[in-house]
Amino acid sequence: MTDLTLREARGKSSSRLEWMLVALGILALVAAPFFVYPIFLMKMLCFALFACAFNLLLGYTGLLSFGHAAFFGGAAYFTAHSIKVWGWPPEAGILLGVAGAALLGLVIGFFAIRRQGIYFAMITLALSQMFFFFCVQAEFTEGEDGIQGVPRGFLFGLIDLHVPLNIYYVVLAVFLIGVFAIWRIVNSPFGMILRSIRENENRATSLGYSVANYKLAAFVMSAALAGLAGSVKAIVFQFATLTDVAWQMSGEVILMTLLGGIGTMVGPIVGAGLVVALQNMLATSDFPVTIATGLIFMVCVLVFRRGIVGEIYARVFHPAGSSKD
Amino acid sequence: MTASPAAATAPVASEGEARAVLSARGLGRDFAGFVAVNNVDLDVHDGKIHALIGPNGAGKTTVFNLLTKFLTPTAGTIELLGQDITRLPPAKVARMGLVRSFQISATFPHLTVLDNVRVALQRPGGLAVQFWRSLSSLDALTPRAEELLHQVGLDDARDRLAGDLSYGRKRVLEIATTLALDPKVLLLDEPMAGMGHEDVGTVSEIIRTVAKDRAVLMVEHNLTVVADLCDWITVMQRGEILAAGDYDTVSRDERVRIAYMGTEHE
Repeated sequence: MTDLTLREARGKSSSRLEWMLVALGILALVAAPFFVYPIFLMKMLCFALFACAFNLLLGYTGLLSFGHAAFFGGAAYFTAHSIKVWGWPPEAGILLGVAGAALLGLVIGFFAIRRQGIYFAMITLALSQMFFFFCVQAEFTEGEDGIQGVPRGFLFGLIDLHVPLNIYYVVLAVFLIGVFAIWRIVNSPFGMILRSIRENENRATSLGYSVANYKLAAFVMSAALAGLAGSVKAIVFQFATLTDVAWQMSGEVILMTLLGGIGTMVGPIVGAGLVVALQNMLATSDFPVTIATGLIFMVCVLVFRRGIVGEIYARVFHPAGSSKD
Repeated sequence: MTASPAAATAPVASEGEARAVLSARGLGRDFAGFVAVNNVDLDVHDGKIHALIGPNGAGKTTVFNLLTKFLTPTAGTIELLGQDITRLPPAKVARMGLVRSFQISATFPHLTVLDNVRVALQRPGGLAVQFWRSLSSLDALTPRAEELLHQVGLDDARDRLAGDLSYGRKRVLEIATTLALDPKVLLLDEPMAGMGHEDVGTVSEIIRTVAKDRAVLMVEHNLTVVADLCDWITVMQRGEILAAGDYDTVSRDERVRIAYMGTEHE
């Protein structure tokens, strides 16, 4: 009994500590543009949201997608085209990007969830490669050049997104809303079923859950949120290119998530921040970025398999022995 | 020795008249030419415990997978509560009241014991699809989950991770999770495998209790348990039914003794 209350108390104090850290993190992000180049921060936020969306699928449903670039880059194209060519306002462009990514997710997910493990990953890769070639051929993507010079415009006709601080806080708000949505999905009755599917798919089926439907729903949600990140990125950088739909981007988001910690809320954010920072640093040096990220990936997999945040979590919040018999 | 081949198979048919809740006729499955299960007739009755026994590789687990639709039969029909379920998907069959356990203990290891049971309780009322509500909306299920845990004696393990439980207690948790669905037919795949003596006793008692108002079909190797617990026994060998009857009938069957029991149960 005392043991139980002790554990409850520890649970409460550690969750209070978690909330304080979250509040501190948000404060830091609010203050950051006064100290760091906003474009760089916004790039981090976009990729962090992308990685969080990816983690919804890998970390909380147990599905390794190797095709998430299609949703990220696809949404970027849809948003860029609708704003530049059709003259849509940014909020409508973002909405179209998210809807387009969700639809792509529905199609790719529909085929992929029929298989498991490596086959699932390969189907997502194959279908996203098909989408890549569609983007290479299609006229509206403007081929190798990409859609350039996308005007940022006015959000809701009011907020001038050309002002660096304005767009930064809009991106931050979108990021926070997106992460909150993921947190809500993970910690919901539906998220509980996703976790049970990750833990033991056959058992979930034998309890009467049509596993395929739940997986597809999670896939579409993950795709839509990845699309949200891609749409915002297109507005920030004012262009959409083939880089964002290429398979390397699908690999990069896996790296970010693994590095930060699969199945943790903060891990993908930290992972994305690190990878983006590293790319920025090495961009001006002669050292090839791919070798650096490759080495980091190897160290991560060999030394701390739970990822940075995953390791911290395991040591601080659930120290060994707390689950003693 | 008195049991003739006719006596071994006839009871299945004659008992079939007493309205089986789950029945299979001519059930078969081949895997690219290899016949794993062939022409199996089976009836499971309400309030009765039915055992499926046989040497390793006899096809018992395949029959389980066929009955619960984890595998699709290549021959025969299956009826559950008078409805043909031969072509239905496994989750649908589970929702109709045919719920199984697995040979390798099937818990959700990183969820707490309480959550393991609550997951099973979530389906009614649409609680399983609500992605916009907080987890506290599941609190309404806690009393029922605790009741089930109490029924199998897991009250003290409520907040532990299922993966940290001993093997025997995992199996007990699995039964509690299964009971959460209030199944009409319970299929238990080797519920006692790898258990210590005291656990076997506990699980036997639980099975006896839950079988009072539902049908139970279990695969089991422990013949002492089978003799003690089961009302009807079907013996399988090489994918086919070798004999069926109560324990006395089956254990006196010459072919069964040769095929399976050896001489230890003379």
